[in-house]
Amino acid sequence: MYRYDEIDHRLVAERVAQFRGQTRRYLAGELSEDEFRPLRLQNGLYIQRHGPMLRIAVPYGTLSSRQLKKLAHIARTYDRGRGHFTTRQNLQFNWVKLAEVPAILAELAEVEMHAIQTSGNCIRNLTADHFAGVADDEIADPRPWVEILRQWASFHPEFAYLPRKFKIAVNAAANDRTVAAVHDIGLHLTRSASGEIGFAVQVGGGLGRTPILGSVIREFLPARDLLGYCEAILRIYNRHGRRDNIYKARIKILVKSLGSAEFARQVEEEWTQIQDGPENPHAAEFARVAAHFTAPPYQLLAARDAQFEARKRDDRGFARWVGRNVRSHRVPGYAIVTLSLKAPGSAPGDISAAQMETVARLADEFSFGELRVAHEQNLILADVRQRDLFALWQEVRTAGLATPTTGLLADIVCCPGGDYCALANAKSIPIAQAIQKRFEDLDYLHDIGPMSLNISGCINACGHHHVGNIGVLGVDKHGEEWYQVSIGGSQGRDAALGEVIGPAFAADEMPVVIERLVGAYLDRRHADELFIDTVRRIGVAPFKARVYATPQQHERKFANA
Amino acid sequence: MLNAVRSSKGAGIIKSGAVIDDAWRLVTVAQGETPETVALPIGPLLVPVPVWRSRRAELIRREYEHGWPLGVWLSAEEGPEAIAADLDDFSVIAVEFSKFTDGRGYSTARLLRTRYGYGGELRAIGDVLRDQLFYLARVGFDAFAVRADRNIDAAMAGLADFSAAYQRAAGPAAGPTRLAA
Ligand code: SF4
Repeated sequence: MYRYDEIDHRLVAERVAQFRGQTRRYLAGELSEDEFRPLRLQNGLYIQRHGPMLRIAVPYGTLSSRQLKKLAHIARTYDRGRGHFTTRQNLQFNWVKLAEVPAILAELAEVEMHAIQTSGNCIRNLTADHFAGVADDEIADPRPWVEILRQWASFHPEFAYLPRKFKIAVNAAANDRTVAAVHDIGLHLTRSASGEIGFAVQVGGGLGRTPILGSVIREFLPARDLLGYCEAILRIYNRHGRRDNIYKARIKILVKSLGSAEFARQVEEEWTQIQDGPENPHAAEFARVAAHFTAPPYQLLAARDAQFEARKRDDRGFARWVGRNVRSHRVPGYAIVTLSLKAPGSAPGDISAAQMETVARLADEFSFGELRVAHEQNLILADVRQRDLFALWQEVRTAGLATPTTGLLADIVCCPGGDYCALANAKSIPIAQAIQKRFEDLDYLHDIGPMSLNISGCINACGHHHVGNIGVLGVDKHGEEWYQVSIGGSQGRDAALGEVIGPAFAADEMPVVIERLVGAYLDRRHADELFIDTVRRIGVAPFKARVYATPQQHERKFANA
Repeated sequence: MLNAVRSSKGAGIIKSGAVIDDAWRLVTVAQGETPETVALPIGPLLVPVPVWRSRRAELIRREYEHGWPLGVWLSAEEGPEAIAADLDDFSVIAVEFSKFTDGRGYSTARLLRTRYGYGGELRAIGDVLRDQLFYLARVGFDAFAVRADRNIDAAMAGLADFSAAYQRAAGPAAGPTRLAA
């Protein structure tokens, strides 16, 4: 993974000093609330229900064991011994104290981490495929490009006060695991006919109040033009994006109002005036960064480890875990392992300091000291030998990280919601827990097969509910918490936004609603047909009919919700 | 906001790393006035674009007769295109930040420096605060009319928040950089 050089270290250290001074001036009354807010947000600091929340950047989801140990230390020292991984591959601490934040940032800087631009109206932490470098469907490793974009976006002087936040995702595989289509810029690494590396550029996607998939404005952008072209997009947005209405300030609204063709024309026009500049990044700089992402020292192994195969035959629990949480690796004899943060009864994405320490140790022991954060709020050990899987499984089982439900209904993606988030309309974690409880039976879950369920506590859609096969959105009705359900959303190359099935439900109705949706699917599915494919084939109506057929225990108070 | 700009009239500014007296007066068109009729005090003036457009000959004559150099200020809504054809006329271009969170002026400055080749004084006016000075300098501002209610000497420290950058600067800024944009 990328390691800081002298410039990176210096910049992050100077940022810590800068924020320390700003915090001191704020506490001394020299900076007003309004003046301090954007400064603290661009250092990852929110004010939440219980006090400040600190969001730490995990650039494109890559972490070293050393960094995770530091996060565990911070969780114990400055928080209540827990952290929460988000749908943008970051980590949040929910119980920090404002005055201690500069000290936390200084601790992070020791391990080449920070909280820069994890919030605020700027270019946010970039996201990428959590299987980058190891996926068997990858066109080329995206990480050198994402790292260069990260540096370009960090402290970018022209784009620190945009109309609104700005999210960039980079996909480099046949099967998009980054949901690039719902980002302000989604980049799809590709090769031209002559083999040159470049990107398809998608702009103006987003969730929230106005969910929309991005439009491709350039089919092939040579990689050497990446930064200049992004600069052109950001400049058009910075100059012309709306600043009069926070709900209309994202780039998607600009793209929509201009039309994607006109937006593309303006970007191209801006770009023609930039493109005569120097090659960017320079080949030498690219080479310097790319050298950090060479393959680890893999051993030459057989494609199938006999001992591993035998274990799978003998131990049903192990086989089940392998079936769901282990996937193939591009290098023979290795595997990619998902460590589940979805144990029944837990808050999705939550992890204790002790679990962090365990995972760090296991990464050292089994996976070259590195790990990944998946936007589905799980952790990944990307380079485990097949022959080590059984030993690893026993360890992660003890640590409560072996729930064999990756990609199944119980692998719920869920924002912190009303338990923590000041913006929430409704709680989301208890809904996730109640659904997990209803679907505890592993055989049943496996029979239902792969499907996704995403929960957001408000329209900001941090739980990505629009792209869940089932999406749940917390809404506020006259001060009460209600839940709107959509189906048909999906990620990947054929990303789609879900359709709302009808009036909202009360919290205690939700497990039954999910059960009925699943029931309708099981009744109508063709052999081996996934939930999403059944929805696409038969439409929303049969699901709707099933869910609303008989009243639940509640009289539905808000029939037109 | 106009108050903030007005009250900076005659106060010091940061220029070339020092606080200096400011000889420039800022002309604003108040309600009830028009660009055509607003009074032009003696001395070097920063005039709004509509005044420049409607009274260009008069302003140039003042420069010729009295030696008062010309200056213009762009509102947050006005991009560099508004004055791009006239850049050679100006000794100072000021860019207004109606709120420090409105980042349009950063693009304006960057374009004036890199696309239009403006080499004169580029001044940030309005809601100009210590914590934005470093980025303002990186996009090409070299003069800062810090908000009048703030300690301008203390604010100057903001220019030294960082000693390096990833991106190339659009103006004369120090320190190593890594990327070409
Ligand atoms: S979706 Fe809403 S409630 Fe959930 S974390 Fe985001 S802002 Fe908070």
